[in-house]
Amino acid sequence: MTATMVKTTYREALREAIREALQRDERVFLMGEDVGAYGGCFGVSLGLLEDFGPERIRDTPLSESAFVGAGIGAAIGGLRPIVEVMTVNFSLLALDQIMNTAASLQHMSGGQYAVPLVIRMTTGAGRQLAAQHSHSLEGWYAHIPGLRIVTPATLEDARGMLWTALEDPDPVLVFEHGSLYNLAGEIAADAGPVDLDHAAVRRPGDDLTLITYGGTLGRTLEAAEELAGAGVSAEVVDLRTLRPLDDATYLGSVTRTHRAVIVDEGWRSGSLSAELSARITEQAFYDLDAPVERVCTEEVPIPYAQHLEEEALPQVRDIVAAAHRTLGEQP
Amino acid sequence: MAARRRTPAKADPAAEHERELLRTMLRIRRFEEACAELYSATKIRGFLHLYVGEEAVATGVMSVLEPDDAVVSTYREHGHALARGVPMDALMAEMFGRQTGCSRGRGGSMHLFHADTRFVGGNAIVGGGLPLAVGLGLADHLAGRPRVTACFFGEGAAAEGEFHESLNLAALWHLPVLFVCENNRYAMGTSLAHEHARTDIALRASSYGMAAWAVDGMDVRAVEESARQAVEAIRHGGGPHFLEVRTYRFRAHSMYDPDRYRPKAEVAEEKTHDPVTALAELMTSEGRLTDRQLATLEKEVAAEIAAAVEHAEQAPLEPVEDLTRFVHSDRTPAEVT
Ligand SMILES: Cc1ncc(C[n+]2csc(CCOP(=O)(O)OP(=O)(O)O)c2C)c(N)n1
Repeated sequence: MTATMVKTTYREALREAIREALQRDERVFLMGEDVGAYGGCFGVSLGLLEDFGPERIRDTPLSESAFVGAGIGAAIGGLRPIVEVMTVNFSLLALDQIMNTAASLQHMSGGQYAVPLVIRMTTGAGRQLAAQHSHSLEGWYAHIPGLRIVTPATLEDARGMLWTALEDPDPVLVFEHGSLYNLAGEIAADAGPVDLDHAAVRRPGDDLTLITYGGTLGRTLEAAEELAGAGVSAEVVDLRTLRPLDDATYLGSVTRTHRAVIVDEGWRSGSLSAELSARITEQAFYDLDAPVERVCTEEVPIPYAQHLEEEALPQVRDIVAAAHRTLGEQP
Repeated sequence: MAARRRTPAKADPAAEHERELLRTMLRIRRFEEACAELYSATKIRGFLHLYVGEEAVATGVMSVLEPDDAVVSTYREHGHALARGVPMDALMAEMFGRQTGCSRGRGGSMHLFHADTRFVGGNAIVGGGLPLAVGLGLADHLAGRPRVTACFFGEGAAAEGEFHESLNLAALWHLPVLFVCENNRYAMGTSLAHEHARTDIALRASSYGMAAWAVDGMDVRAVEESARQAVEAIRHGGGPHFLEVRTYRFRAHSMYDPDRYRPKAEVAEEKTHDPVTALAELMTSEGRLTDRQLATLEKEVAAEIAAAVEHAEQAPLEPVEDLTRFVHSDRTPAEVT
């Protein structure tokens, strides 16, 4: 029995996930800036206002701190809010609420108040939007105990992560890379919720492990393809969830391949890539045949000019070069 | 000849001044029309927010500022920059991402900066400029300098916490800041009534204890007169002032915006209050502008824009080796005064 496949895009898959959640659970509602009349700043919620009305597709004023905080309150009050923040850069206006309230409430109330809230936001660069619209701060959020951080990088995950996130009793942040919205492909017609606990091997290989997530999955797979052309078999691990990290999957891979390259659009210093590198050296040091390599974004606020932005971001050639270094080869 | 048409008197300083206002508005209008085309031609990228329809606001306010006053702006700031006197070449080069751009290609349309004219940018975090303006005002206040900081933002920004915090602080400390709220009735797709429980923004501002009033933003002379009164008061120790300038954006929020959220008829009706044609028609009908003068003006503006585009096309790119330059200062702390 083969599943019927349907054409979709990352954007549509997200929209169908929201639609399904609204249909399945009347406690669910979507709230954020321009999610209604405008259709979502990246078009994700287009049409939902017409189908579900302004009570459940709720436009908010430009008040990130207030509406994220209100999402926390509504979650405690028994609802299941999906709060959309336009971009991770703007989420900093709500960082206090996310960190000091959402992430902490359960613990500091001695287990009395869990916060079943989902916050979706766009992350990442690549569209010449400069330094206030382009950063990848999901690694920062992954620093915070009390949060779950997920990064859908495929159509299946765009379609399936939301419902599982809504079922989580604690706050979940969903990071959608801005360059993925137009990603098109096929997906099973009955695609539904997916697990959030495990990383996924997106391409099997034996010689080294490329570890990535979100917006850089595509480039990493491209790099693996290029490496295959040079006779190098690279395994690609998509972390999917950045907190809690699924150590078993990427460590299992590295233990087998003995080499690791981490590809992360975040900055290098004090980053998720640093955390991964530390865990690999802590837990798989004796299995390594080469130092862990990292391919990250240059430590610069993302510049506007195309050639500068491109230079700042991890490119396929950087990943390929890092892979060759772990093999002690010149590309 | 009883009905002899008055010939515009070249020596009339008031008329001369009005023609300068018209020139500024035309420079902004035509510059942005060129930008829209260049965007379609993919010469300009990223987000591009046009100010078409709102030109009278920047033009009227900048007209009364002194060279050492400061301006804090938003991502919809081409008009502010041009009216403030940021050279057009440097603006266009910035939009092209070139080294000679006013932010050396790193900022683009949303992040124009120009220290020579004390144009303190291009902030794309809604409401993000207000605290900065308060701080500039604080510096002037403490130094005893009779300067004014003009801070522009949209009515959408008035919903952010920064609005409340900044207005309170400026009023509490009696700082020389002119808050200019460009009320174009939409924050992206969210209309004024969906954004604010109280849509009278000036009234809200006045509740912080500062002089605040609304002015017709489609009438550059009215904007200028209000700004003049406010700036004079501020300069003479009157503390912060707030202008709610009622205007309208004729174009979509940005080049990405399909503009689905407002009735076409509303946009068409608002376009009949075009501030640029309104001033030109008024001046013509009252004999302070001839068709020939207008044509000359248009020609001069077109030439300036063509030259700016030419400059931008030819301008070098910042070398990629300099990517991480300006993350930290080139200068040592001792060199910074
Ligand atoms: C903190 C923050 N939230 C959201 C955005 C996205 N955004 C950019 S402009 C805008 C509308 C702002 O409206 P308004 O302040 O009225 O200014 P206008 O664009 O109408 O000039 C929004 C929601 C942003 N840039 N910053």
